Amino acid sequence: MSLVDRVFLPRKIRLPRVEGLVQWIVPLAIVVVWQVASVTGFVPVRVLPAPSDVALAGWKLLLSGELIRNIWVSFWRASIGFLIGGSIGFAFGLANGLSQLSAKLTDTTLQMVRNVPHLALIPLVILWFGIDESAKLFLVALGVFFPIYLNTLHGIRTVDPQLIEMGRIYGMTDGELFRRVIFPGALPSIFVGIRFALGIMWLTLIVAETIAASSGLGYMAMQAREFMLIDVVVLSILIYALLGKLADTASRVLERLMLSWHPAYWKR
Amino acid sequence: MQTVLRTALSETELASRASFAPQARLEREERRVQTSGLPLNIRGLRKSFGDNEVLRGIDLHIPAGQFVAIVGKSGCGKSTLLRLIAGLEKIDAGSISFGDDVLPQDIRVMFQEPRLLPWARVLSNVEVGLGRDCASSDAHARAGKALAEVGLADKRDQWPSVLSGGQKQRVALARALVSRPRVLAFDEPLGALDALTRISMQRLLERVWRDQGFTAILVTHDVSEAVALADRVLVIDEGRIAHDVMVNTIRPRERGSAELARLEGSILSRLLSADDHT
Repeated sequence: MSLVDRVFLPRKIRLPRVEGLVQWIVPLAIVVVWQVASVTGFVPVRVLPAPSDVALAGWKLLLSGELIRNIWVSFWRASIGFLIGGSIGFAFGLANGLSQLSAKLTDTTLQMVRNVPHLALIPLVILWFGIDESAKLFLVALGVFFPIYLNTLHGIRTVDPQLIEMGRIYGMTDGELFRRVIFPGALPSIFVGIRFALGIMWLTLIVAETIAASSGLGYMAMQAREFMLIDVVVLSILIYALLGKLADTASRVLERLMLSWHPAYWKR
Repeated sequence: MQTVLRTALSETELASRASFAPQARLEREERRVQTSGLPLNIRGLRKSFGDNEVLRGIDLHIPAGQFVAIVGKSGCGKSTLLRLIAGLEKIDAGSISFGDDVLPQDIRVMFQEPRLLPWARVLSNVEVGLGRDCASSDAHARAGKALAEVGLADKRDQWPSVLSGGQKQRVALARALVSRPRVLAFDEPLGALDALTRISMQRLLERVWRDQGFTAILVTHDVSEAVALADRVLVIDEGRIAHDVMVNTIRPRERGSAELARLEGSILSRLLSADDHT
């Protein structure tokens, strides 16, 4: 016990102070170089506005309330789409991981659908739903479904059979076996699925909002393009980057909380 | 019928020991009274996997509380025999009876791998061994006591991944012991440990067996381990019991003593001669 404390404690203390800052050095440096390049005229403002101009545009949009509203709309679409697609993917992953019959029935079909790029469905989706909310939710849900389905399925299938045998010997019921052995064993893989899905979630939403929407960040960027407001276009792109980072951080925190038993999550 | 058989055998066994080891006799007597173990009766046991007949008719009686070691070449069927006794495989022909009504928690198995749940703390891993009693109010206390028995009381809140191989195996032992089993089957439980850890684990196994008096069945490829721990060593060859050797040395046994070494040598030579035939 003392050994463990000695090895891990110093790292734990150093982690938030130094490493928390280190990761921001490169983004910060890029902004500085960018600002200098714009101010000196090395990069024409029509190609890429200075970060200060982008910040100013952001400030104006923030004051008018437009920015918050659009971010909120996009965030809401992303989360609801993720929840719907993720739950269905998780449910199918569970069913097909646990039941041979279910896997035989649905896996082939799902694998075929998976190979269709979901963004290729946009014309069809617009025909079905118009540029309604449900169109965006459908696309996000569809995009998120597959990484979560595949990784849940993979996680369940690769749970150590020796542990399952152990659970059976010790008289676990099917429910207990699932709760205490199979699900925790599949969790690391499920989290991999979640992080893949978060990336796909933003990608799908951007595309859907740029093509068919009347609100949201993608719509804001497209509107700005119409009026040649290049600073707002760049602003939207930066916000997407920040939101993506936020989602990734959230999933990491959740991962670290739920996988605290896993040695791989001790050192970071 | 079962009881009669058991007493009869124990009596002859005692008589045979009495002639040269009065101390062992006393000890035996005392243990037999407090034994919680179950006797085992195996009749005409057969098991095949596909075309491969692994066990070709095993007849075996193990008195309650006896420590039996099963040795043999790899693939001789010793692990299969153990898995059949533990109810992990289906019997093709023959029977295994325990002379009493057995509950699932009366028979426990310990494997070469500790098979701990990496996502459960050490104490909850031991609680798994309580089976259906896992949710009962005294589960923590019982698991804590079992951990103390294997000398790991201070590790109760650790994750298994910080433990050493030997410590993990001790947690697995605590998990097997927590339900007070009456038959404990060991499938090469010390095979993956280093030599020193293995010796201290052997002492621990012997101690808990003497304290609790369960019937112990140890499958091992290490003949010196078998003679150091067991009352009786069975040599299995080609799916049959080739030799049945009693180890009548008094306990605690002196490791490396001439007597044990001689016994080990004779069992080894039998194993090797069986090898020559094939």
